[in-house]
Amino acid sequence: MAKGVKPRVKVPKSASAGDIVTLKTLISHKMESGQRKDSDGNVIPRSIINRFTCEFNGALVVDVTMESAISTNPYFEFDAKVDAAGDFKFTWYDDDGAVYDTTKSIMVA
Amino acid sequence: MKTYGIAALMAASTLIGATSATADESAELIINGEIEIVTRTAAPAHLSDAMDEVISGWVFRSDQTQAMQQDDFDNPGLIWVEAAEEAWATPEGTNGKSCADCHGDAESMAGVKATYPKWNAEAEKVNTLQMQMNDCRVNRMGAEAWGYDKAPAINMEALLSSVSRGMPVNVAIDGPGQATWEMGKELYYTRTGQLDLSCASCHEENYGNMIRADHLSQGQINGFPTYRLKNTKLNGVHSRFKGCIRDTRAHTYNPGSDEFVALEMYVASRGNGLSVEGPSVRN
Repeated sequence: MAKGVKPRVKVPKSASAGDIVTLKTLISHKMESGQRKDSDGNVIPRSIINRFTCEFNGALVVDVTMESAISTNPYFEFDAKVDAAGDFKFTWYDDDGAVYDTTKSIMVA
Repeated sequence: MKTYGIAALMAASTLIGATSATADESAELIINGEIEIVTRTAAPAHLSDAMDEVISGWVFRSDQTQAMQQDDFDNPGLIWVEAAEEAWATPEGTNGKSCADCHGDAESMAGVKATYPKWNAEAEKVNTLQMQMNDCRVNRMGAEAWGYDKAPAINMEALLSSVSRGMPVNVAIDGPGQATWEMGKELYYTRTGQLDLSCASCHEENYGNMIRADHLSQGQINGFPTYRLKNTKLNGVHSRFKGCIRDTRAHTYNPGSDEFVALEMYVASRGNGLSVEGPSVRN
């Protein structure tokens, strides 16, 4: 498991049914591209987060494949339509097999 | 008639060029919709010969970069503030104490960052905030000093800065620290390097102009530590000084050196009246 990885998400606490809400996510990760060499000339192996998903009550909202040109601490902002109260589940998949996830609930007023 | 047309066209394109290179200079900075930041104010008295108004570096950046600083979630600098919050509560050193054991919440340090660098009567010298932190670590916690401008120190400085955001920078320039301040002023106006540039050559005489692709700011440091898009991490004031002096093609002083402490004190005092902004976002 890579060091210092911490997922962060920002989800509105509540919305009206049918509202489109903006979700923001950020995960701290060094996203080593695999293109760089260390001081001895050896390639530093690739170590990135290669997939990010967001689900709402089990239904997929986004599914993103990431490649090695993605910057450090990848940030995603996207919209989702909320019809009922529920949980957003955010999941990041690391090259080293680690999976990081976090869940945020939203109320419907 | 034709000549006039071309002249008018050229004038128009110059105008467009000027606005696209310059950020929206009337924009106001409010962080998280609640912390109002003073990005322009009257110059402090000691600067009145040189300029009328002091302006935060935020004003000189593009709309997108400005927007990143308006919300803590969008400001990547806060990643390291969070890391420092953990360090704040973690006991270290032979006395088994953490910062929180003496100081309580980090929020209790609101206002501290605004007054540094500042004279320390016991040490009989001017201390930067990082030096003061190390004083605590070595003498009260029995822990090892952090390297100057290294990640743990910068992170903690960013935490202390974040709780002071919105408060006016208020560095004392008189009293026992005055000699250090004078030394900093001397350094500010001394031309160095093969390019023979002083800080003032760019940041006092030419702020607002372009230096190749860069929009020159006043070189204010109220926003430090600063998250820079170019290296995707928090940057300390001394490291920034070093980069600037290197760009004049001079041998530079080192972070933590007496020269940079003096320069930090002087440059910070040039921003007296602006709000503490760190961690800010710059390019």
